[in-house]
Amino acid sequence: MTTMIEIDNAEKTFTMHLQGGVKLPVVRGVSFAVDAGECVVLSGPSGAGKSSILKMLFGNYRCDAGRINVRHDGAMLDLACAEPRLVLNVRRRTIGYVSQFLRAVPRVSALDVAAEPLIATGTLREPAREQAAMLLRRLNIPERLWSLPPSTFSGGEQQRVNIARGFISNLPVLLLDEPTASLDAANRAVVVDLIDAKKKAGAAMIAIVHDDEIRRVIADRVVDVTAFGAAA
Amino acid sequence: MAEMQRAAESDQPLLVAEGLARSYGRLTACRDISFALYPGEVLAIVGESGSGKSTLLQLLSAQLAPSHGHVSYRMRDGILRDLADLGEAERRFLFRTDWGYVHQDPALGLRMAVSAGANVGERLMGIGWNNYGRIRQTASSWLQRVEIDVDRIDDAPRTYSGGMRQRLQIARNLVTEPRLVFMDEPTGGLDVSVQARLLDLMRSLVNELGLAAVVVTHDLAVARLLSHRVMVMKEGRVIETGLTDQVLDDPREPYTQLLVSSILPP
Repeated sequence: MTTMIEIDNAEKTFTMHLQGGVKLPVVRGVSFAVDAGECVVLSGPSGAGKSSILKMLFGNYRCDAGRINVRHDGAMLDLACAEPRLVLNVRRRTIGYVSQFLRAVPRVSALDVAAEPLIATGTLREPAREQAAMLLRRLNIPERLWSLPPSTFSGGEQQRVNIARGFISNLPVLLLDEPTASLDAANRAVVVDLIDAKKKAGAAMIAIVHDDEIRRVIADRVVDVTAFGAAA
Repeated sequence: MAEMQRAAESDQPLLVAEGLARSYGRLTACRDISFALYPGEVLAIVGESGSGKSTLLQLLSAQLAPSHGHVSYRMRDGILRDLADLGEAERRFLFRTDWGYVHQDPALGLRMAVSAGANVGERLMGIGWNNYGRIRQTASSWLQRVEIDVDRIDDAPRTYSGGMRQRLQIARNLVTEPRLVFMDEPTGGLDVSVQARLLDLMRSLVNELGLAAVVVTHDLAVARLLSHRVMVMKEGRVIETGLTDQVLDDPREPYTQLLVSSILPP
């Protein structure tokens, strides 16, 4: 199996300068690897650093020590010390991130929000919109909402638009931060199907899910984050 | 689109600053600033008033000579040239064609008493266009692109609202298809709803045209929405720089943490 992600001794501490420079160690010695076609679920109690690890993998949080190797364009690349424009390139072509929260851009319609990652990697506008429409329909977003900016949608609707946006592209690595939180049973089942299809297509996934049932269904392996507790 | 992608990933920087400094007498406005800007890349310079960000923008756009250091720009022949060594014709080419400069106050970037059409057309005439019909047609298509009603083409911008003036200034700058645009607080002084519309418009134009831009702003929301990379300035120095979402979500320096934590959540 091709290794897509290899984290080696990654470490993160926040220094809060406005609180007298207090140091908040988050994680230390984070080491695990993920193969293509595999879904690894991070487990551990709230505050253990699961989301921080995901954000480090996306280059959103800096990594204070260690390596975050990602297979990008066929070669391993250390994201922890990559230049900003290289990180952006990795996000466009290799790593996707599906969070619970949609950062809505004013005036951009739900359909275009969902289609944008495909357009950014060179798919023409119309076919990209057709795929976006398919996903929005599958995720039970009523068609009358597609032309509206999602900033006015309900929390669950926004989350589903975000899921459509995250799953539309064919990126080889996907980071999922509680993709099923606050969804009803029918929509949860759709997300499980989407994850399954990505697996079959060979994507490597790292997920945070609190729902035991969903975890049991999607996880090929569970990595316990408490082992990386920085305070320990 | 594919062409834009290639431009965005070009390995050759468009603008390079090396060891830039500028002092006014004993006062140092900027010091020791070095970075490279690539084609298609949007860089935000943030910091509060007096941090040196406007001086830096003037140095980068050849409106002010540095006391130390160099700014170089890759001309269309592919050769990187020091701005200080450019001849008059080359400087004119940059100002009239290859660069745009969007002022915070549209009155500084527009001619307030002549028509909107002439404001946009003037940049085209400056690069040798002389067919009136073609100039007018291009001007009206640009007015549409910046969401100004074409019926207003013959009105002078002094009859426009603040948001319309700013959109007109953008059209005037972009009509010559520049490769690099400097923006000085482009949304400053506008109502919040007008700002949102302008930001959205700028974001899509920058994406569509694959423009490189240097945006000076004290508004972190503007930096987040428009820029790929951010430089935080304080007392004339760059104290923190990196990917925009990384600097804003995981600020490292005390001053950056203060800036980020000073935003009131909506």
